[in-house]
Amino acid sequence: MTVRELQYREALNEALHEEMARDPSVCVLGEDVGRYGSPFQVTRGLFDKYGEKRVRDTPISEEGFTGIAVGAAMTGLRPVAEILYIDFSTLAMDQIVNQAAKARYMFGGKARVPLVIRMQGGGGRGNAAHHSQSLEMWYVHVPGLIVIQPSTPYDAKGLLKSAIRNDNPVIFIEHKLLYNTSGPVPDEEYLIPIGVADVKRPGDDVTIVATSRLVLFALNAAQDLARQGIEAEVIDPRTLKPLDIDTIVRSVEKTGRLVVVNEGHLTGGFTAEVAARVQREAFDWLDAPIMQVATEDVPLPYNGRLELEAIPNEQDIINAVQEVVYWD
Amino acid sequence: MKLSRDKLTDMYYRMWLIRYFDEGARSLFQENMIRGTTHMYTGEEAVAVGACSALNQDDYITSTHRGHGHCLAKGGDPRAMMAELLGKATGYCKGKGGSMHIADFDLGILGANGIVGGGIGIATGAAYSADLRGSGQVAICFFGDGASNQGVLMEVANMAALWKLPIIYLCEENQYAQFSPSKPFIAIEGIEMKAQAFGLTGVTVDGNDVLAVYEAVRQAAERTRNREGPTLLVAKTYRVEGHTVGDPLTYRPKSETEQWKSAERDPISRFGRYLAEEASFSKNELETFQAKAQADIDEAIKFAINSPEPEITALWEDVYV
Repeated sequence: MTVRELQYREALNEALHEEMARDPSVCVLGEDVGRYGSPFQVTRGLFDKYGEKRVRDTPISEEGFTGIAVGAAMTGLRPVAEILYIDFSTLAMDQIVNQAAKARYMFGGKARVPLVIRMQGGGGRGNAAHHSQSLEMWYVHVPGLIVIQPSTPYDAKGLLKSAIRNDNPVIFIEHKLLYNTSGPVPDEEYLIPIGVADVKRPGDDVTIVATSRLVLFALNAAQDLARQGIEAEVIDPRTLKPLDIDTIVRSVEKTGRLVVVNEGHLTGGFTAEVAARVQREAFDWLDAPIMQVATEDVPLPYNGRLELEAIPNEQDIINAVQEVVYWD
Repeated sequence: MKLSRDKLTDMYYRMWLIRYFDEGARSLFQENMIRGTTHMYTGEEAVAVGACSALNQDDYITSTHRGHGHCLAKGGDPRAMMAELLGKATGYCKGKGGSMHIADFDLGILGANGIVGGGIGIATGAAYSADLRGSGQVAICFFGDGASNQGVLMEVANMAALWKLPIIYLCEENQYAQFSPSKPFIAIEGIEMKAQAFGLTGVTVDGNDVLAVYEAVRQAAERTRNREGPTLLVAKTYRVEGHTVGDPLTYRPKSETEQWKSAERDPISRFGRYLAEEASFSKNELETFQAKAQADIDEAIKFAINSPEPEITALWEDVYV
């Protein structure tokens, strides 16, 4: 098996190329996804290969083209829509939440909506309050949606391919500061199952559950902690819904301590959800309170010092781990 | 275009089927057998029947929260519809959708919709899909004067016009939007004028004349199948009933409604007169078709009442494929 180093964006691009070649019902639509190859270059080369009908440049009309993607998914296509920033997906909320997510259930199991909506979120790049949010929990809250958030090029490719082949609406959330990161990706075709977490680093002393770009932060923090004699197990759920709670609980049964890290806001967020599930399913195994590391409850500010203060960093993770490991 | 006797019979029967279905639904609602709310289509039958009669079975429609008429006009089964209104396991959605969420994908009915304008994006997506697959299907998107003010219409109509998608945006201008007259909420005189801004062909038609609607839709469908672009077709009609059953209708004079309910204007009476005077149907024949519609609805109500409730386990079914 040959393994290459690919960027996150290249891995996503390969997934799209492969799935479009494999299945003529796969189509791509969104703003600047065609001739321009999309602002983050994830759809590069698709337009030249598959033409303007299958790779549709749309006007700046998020609700409109998302609605078109929903209708197309109901009638025999497998659209992959790109919403440039997750912040803009708020404009398409009726199509995603009321139409795509509910069609199967409210029509008594007769509808199929094999739709992927790709979007990217997250802060750290000075894009300010309308281009930096982490709204993944908005979608996790809605029954009928699958929510995926890959942290590595390998996961990004394998999960995007699985998402395109899945018959449910999938919200596929990338991170703007991961596109340039690199990692090993095999030459051969592979799929990664939806709803399966990945233990990114084994350890016995504490469990760190982290998502998206913060998985990289958690791994760096774990290296620092190892120098202090603390072995952290880092788990990336990869799919936020359905959440692989079993892998997390098994780890907590081993370590007795849990830190949950997510770039969404603290209140009503992913960290609270995981904490609630774990205390319910592994209460007797816990030796310390569950710590939450999340973004401050403020809109993301433009100023660099302020923004870095608002979103979690490696030191925040280290501090949280130290607090739980020294708990008697 | 000259229509066959069978076709005319079917259209007349379906108009009565819709009328009796909604009258039955009103009674069941008033008897507390229907939960939530119910929206009646009475007085607008010519729009749904005229439009759907001009389509093929595999063509698509999206409907509205006032959707019983569209579903029946496209060939929907009144028994499964009535059972759905009663929340029964035999209903179109196994009792989990109710009045505003009936779909039949085998008949191209992509769903009624609880969101005003909620079907507009879906219909355009179906047209996009038909175009990409080269299937020759068209989509009709039914919506009302209220929904003509929703932003999504401007977004998707623009794309449909740019890409020459096979779609007809059919506005049933019934003069009311929820609990208000629609005119004070639309800045321009005539919804059809929006067609120019959207890049569509704008056409108006008498929405109480079933044959006029049929012909307008037939022509619009032919144009759009030939990639000559989509049409915004405005069918002028009148919402005889309130927004929902039980609406006190404090916002309009009774005399106005009485005029529209008169035999002169009522779409079924008008079509009946045409059939008798211009197509040599006998009084007896017309009464037979009407009676059959009534009997079919009676049977649908009986079926619905006698159908079982869904099992509790259905609660967790069909959230995901």
